[in-house]
Amino acid sequence: MVSPVVELRNVRAGYRDRLVLDGVSLTVSAGEWLAVIGPNGAGKSTLVKAMLGLTRLGGEVLIRGRDRRTLPAREAARIIGYAPQQPAIPGGLTVTDYVLLGRTPHLGLLARERSADQRVVADVLRRLDLDKLAARRLGTLSGGERQRAVLARALAQQADVLLLDEPTTGLDLGHAQALLDLVDRLRREDGTTVVSTLHDLTLAGQYADRVLLLDGGDTVAAGPPEEVLTPELLARHYDADVEVVTVAGRQVVIPVRTNGR
Amino acid sequence: MTTRPVTRLRARTLAGGIAVLLATMLMAVLIGAAELGWQRVLAEIWAQLVGGTSPLSEREAAILWQLRVPRVLLAGAVGAALAMSGAAFQGVFRNPLADPFLLGAAAGAGMAATIVVVFAPALTLWAASALPVAAFAGAVGGVALSWLLSTSYGGVSPTTLLLAGVAVSAFLTAVQTFVQQLNADTIRQVYNWMLGGLAITGWADFVSVIPYIGAAAVVLMVCARLLDVLSLGDAEAASLGVNPGRLRLLLISAASLATAAAVSVSGLIGFVGIIVPHFIRLTVGASYRVIVPLSVLGGASFLIVADQIARTAMPGELPIGVVTAFAGAPFFIIVLRRNAEKLW
Repeated sequence: MVSPVVELRNVRAGYRDRLVLDGVSLTVSAGEWLAVIGPNGAGKSTLVKAMLGLTRLGGEVLIRGRDRRTLPAREAARIIGYAPQQPAIPGGLTVTDYVLLGRTPHLGLLARERSADQRVVADVLRRLDLDKLAARRLGTLSGGERQRAVLARALAQQADVLLLDEPTTGLDLGHAQALLDLVDRLRREDGTTVVSTLHDLTLAGQYADRVLLLDGGDTVAAGPPEEVLTPELLARHYDADVEVVTVAGRQVVIPVRTNGR
Repeated sequence: MTTRPVTRLRARTLAGGIAVLLATMLMAVLIGAAELGWQRVLAEIWAQLVGGTSPLSEREAAILWQLRVPRVLLAGAVGAALAMSGAAFQGVFRNPLADPFLLGAAAGAGMAATIVVVFAPALTLWAASALPVAAFAGAVGGVALSWLLSTSYGGVSPTTLLLAGVAVSAFLTAVQTFVQQLNADTIRQVYNWMLGGLAITGWADFVSVIPYIGAAAVVLMVCARLLDVLSLGDAEAASLGVNPGRLRLLLISAASLATAAAVSVSGLIGFVGIIVPHFIRLTVGASYRVIVPLSVLGGASFLIVADQIARTAMPGELPIGVVTAFAGAPFFIIVLRRNAEKLW
């Protein structure tokens, strides 16, 4: 049996006086793509923060079987790479400068990048089709190019797990597909594990191996997309009227208007 | 200028910065209120370095070595301190308007200096005026107060710290104004200090501030790459294995110490901490690995030139703060208008 890369045991997390996650447990196996879905306020982003060790915790977060709280930050950073929903973009930096920052956990605290680090970055830029933009300042990129640069930075980290918080935010349909296709390809080539929150249920159905549905700070369903993306579950937890169609073996979620006819 | 993919301090750029600094230092040493004659000053420097006879009289040599040279070095140290601290604050707060006085250093120094001028003008410490020591303590105290107030609920967010700095500054400035108004007879002396200026006190000032400024410069240069990491935001810095809170405390301490040292010998010299780092950001690159070291060189050169203008442009002396703003603002606006899209 493959040991889980990330495991949450009865995790409670939140802010000063508000508990957002109330006892969530989950395991992420090596090489899978887990999509975390749920209505607004369900706790998706807090779950991401808990995995990053950014919220005060009850329960346990285990990374490769080791407690998150005692794992040195740099070591944890070599296991989990993160791309946030709304990344801060230092617009004056070039794409290459920015992606090189992803090498931070592999450097000594005060060290400079070596040529090996430069090679990793050049490779990532080529794979993400960013090599022509290598010298461009981030502030001059389009939204889609910027998302790719953020992904490139996370990839340059060469972590085993890629934690993506709403990676398709602000992207049109084509760019969203292109980005997720890219993640999927990289995942297959490198054996990277992907955990992503996704508000678009159809994209979750198209790309994820497994879907975790959060509501009210609790896991209400988890499993393959066909078991979680059902009209009944979505009606109950999203308060939404939907039909779910299976196209080529994958789920497509269609919102249906039921009033005002 | 074409952008290179990797922004690094290139040997040519560094050599250029050093050359500019040496040139401004030489110019400032050659020209002064006392007419020593630049050829004779050069001959004196040559004589000191290589040996030989100097054309300067003993009194003239004293003007050169006890007044002019230490003042030039002091101007350089203060300029370097303010510019590199400005760069560090802009990085730590991810805010282009951040300057070295942001967190209450100026207000704290101003209040402490005013109190000394008003209540204990004759006070001396170690046979020197107490004013620089008070200003130093006030500057450090102002920043420490801002930090303490913003940590009262656990962590420190940059925004909370910034706002705490604004509130602390307002409060300390109110105290300073109140004390000053009650003692209107000393208002001119306080005002003179506030406008900034480099007193002529031989080597004592330079020797007293250079350990702080030097140590801070080392810390900031060593952490320049980590300043770039901080520019990604706290969550991402943490996900890269960097503790943003601890790093911020270290950088703010170093920058504040350098600022306090500068304030203690020069009063409040505005603008250097804003325009020098931005000038470099606009013309060379936006990575702190370039901005921090070049701010040290550029800030030193800029303030040496400003001080040169302050002490020679008119009979008597202009406040140096007036010169930095008067000369710096139009120049900066030209650079800004040409490169605004590269800025942040």
